[in-house]
Amino acid sequence: MTAESGTLRRPGRPGIHPHALGRSSTPRTTLALVLGLVVLGLLCLASISIGSRGIGLDTIFSAISGGEVSAADRHAVLGLRVPRTLAAVVVGAALAVAGALMQSLTRNPLAEPGLLGVSAGSAFAVAIAIVGFGITSPLGYIWFALAGAFFATVAVALIGGMSSGKVDPMRMVLAGVALSAVLSGIIGALRIADPRTFGALQVWEAGILAGRGLDVTLTVAPLVLLALIVALPLGKGLNTLALGDELAAALGVSLWKTRVLSILAITILAGGAAAIAGPIAFIGLMVPHAARFFAGADQRWVLLISMIFGPILMLTADILARLIVWPGEMPVGLVSALIGAPVLVLLIRRRKALKL
Amino acid sequence: MTATLRPEPRSSAAPAPRARRRFRRTRRPVRSWLVGLGLCLGIAVLGIIALGLGDYPLNPAEVLTALAGGGGFDSTVVLEWRLPRITAALVFGTALALSGALFQTLTRNPLGSPDIIGFSTGAYTGVLLATVGIGGVTVADGLIGTSVGALIGGLGTALLVYFLAYRDGVQGFRLIVVGIGVTAALHAVNSWILLRAQTETAMGAAIWGAGSLGLTSWSAVLPAIAIVIAVLPLLLISVRPLRQLELGDDVAASHGVRVEPTRLAILGIGVLLTALVTAATGPIAFVALAAPQIARLLARSPGIPLVNSALMGALVLLGSDIIAQQALAQPIPVGMVTVVLGGGYLAALLAYQARKG
Repeated sequence: MTAESGTLRRPGRPGIHPHALGRSSTPRTTLALVLGLVVLGLLCLASISIGSRGIGLDTIFSAISGGEVSAADRHAVLGLRVPRTLAAVVVGAALAVAGALMQSLTRNPLAEPGLLGVSAGSAFAVAIAIVGFGITSPLGYIWFALAGAFFATVAVALIGGMSSGKVDPMRMVLAGVALSAVLSGIIGALRIADPRTFGALQVWEAGILAGRGLDVTLTVAPLVLLALIVALPLGKGLNTLALGDELAAALGVSLWKTRVLSILAITILAGGAAAIAGPIAFIGLMVPHAARFFAGADQRWVLLISMIFGPILMLTADILARLIVWPGEMPVGLVSALIGAPVLVLLIRRRKALKL
Repeated sequence: MTATLRPEPRSSAAPAPRARRRFRRTRRPVRSWLVGLGLCLGIAVLGIIALGLGDYPLNPAEVLTALAGGGGFDSTVVLEWRLPRITAALVFGTALALSGALFQTLTRNPLGSPDIIGFSTGAYTGVLLATVGIGGVTVADGLIGTSVGALIGGLGTALLVYFLAYRDGVQGFRLIVVGIGVTAALHAVNSWILLRAQTETAMGAAIWGAGSLGLTSWSAVLPAIAIVIAVLPLLLISVRPLRQLELGDDVAASHGVRVEPTRLAILGIGVLLTALVTAATGPIAFVALAAPQIARLLARSPGIPLVNSALMGALVLLGSDIIAQQALAQPIPVGMVTVVLGGGYLAALLAYQARKG
């Protein structure tokens, strides 16, 4: 899947050399950024306000600024909604940028942490942590989630044939399916061996943001931030990689450096997101496609816009999760799957360039 | 060995058509007979071993005596307690493998199988809706709820995937990826129903969802087997159009096969076979995917051999059930074993193809 096949580049701008785009921004990308930030701000407020108990905007502001509000409202805002909103923002940005990196690195429009089994790797490692080591606090299994994500990324890359240089999008997805199947089978057996953990594991596996304390988010957030800082400058290298390995090497881009840094960033982003929220699929698939709609093929802008669009989608899914079965709520991972699966089907139906 | 991932018209007529064409069937090569014989032998050996395993172990000689009906308590253990389960494994393995063989031949793709297309997850959704329900409203409970739910859920999902993937005909890869998408959505629905359900109900449904051969008595096994066997004549009718479709849609059409209706009908038979097994046991993944391909690799046949696939399916499911019963301290559902084995097989297949380029 090269850029020439029209998959990574919008059909409207054929023939623009992505590396030669020396532009800093276009009206379209600026619009996406500004609009995105405004929407993100509004959604954050909505996420704090909406829930089984609605909270007015004035109450929110006075609770945050330390004004006079009832203890219940203060707890709802500062103790529950703000941590949850923060978690959604961190997870959304992490998943979206991980997805954008994977799609660009593997030249695969279907790549994302959930479909390619990276999240399943995290889930497996967390199951091991819970069942094997008796670790039940999210703070304890963060490192397991990261390690699981790393091994799964490497395994899928090897099975999917990335080492041979020729990447088949379908094969990568199927490698992810195979890996997820094996790991979920083993998790199932572990679960039968120790039914007491059945409940805890099942809730985590569905992907949930409710009840995530600030401590987990704050522990993972610096790692995610670091990975995002590593990821953003990779855009230039990825643009060049899209031209093909030989040309990229000829242009003086270190293939190895770009690849290794990308894989490291993907691991931390996907593993960190899974540690906070459990495996959440499809955010990483949808957001980069939306970002490319505004940014074209330039990975620098795709990564930046994904970083803003990811939290938007995640917050929307999380708010929907609270509204669909109000006053109860659905795990956000299920909402994202219900939104994302139709998008996958649409992508398949629309794109001939997928070379399926 | 044209096990590529790309759907390509298989040149199964590669050995130039010889003068024997009069009889419209080529002679089955010796190798394929040998593989079939070996598989039968393997099934017999594994079957005798399985009949002897359990809390009351028997050696092969005792098993054979008991089978002949001469051993009092031994006979009760073997014939009444263990034989039903092993018969179920053999028949259901056969049905799953045949279903997979039909799917793979139609999609001309080693990955086309009912489990990848989302059938099992859909059947699970049907069962959950019927037995657990939403908001405490259940349609039907027990065996009837499970069977009806699995059939309707599975068939509905198969139809949905087929029509979502339909665009000037159904192309193998689109079918598979649409199946992955639909599976993901249904998986979300399933988790949601399970999370909302009472813990005991959820545990019960989750155990069904893992796929188990736990039907222990003849009275539970025989009806399921009878229905599966009743479907087999349909399969015989479909062999000839199937082989013509295998040559490519255009060739089949020029031979007078009505391509899309025939394809839909054969898919229907495949779905029916899996649905019957799923209703009886819960989803048992990957037997349908792996067995036909392993049989084909062993026999080195150009197309997917139906008889050898069936034998291989029986062998795989029996072997998996033995592992499920014996490998860990407590028995686990056979579906978990096949998921691990089959996922590993799929990974190996992909890695092999990737290396080959």
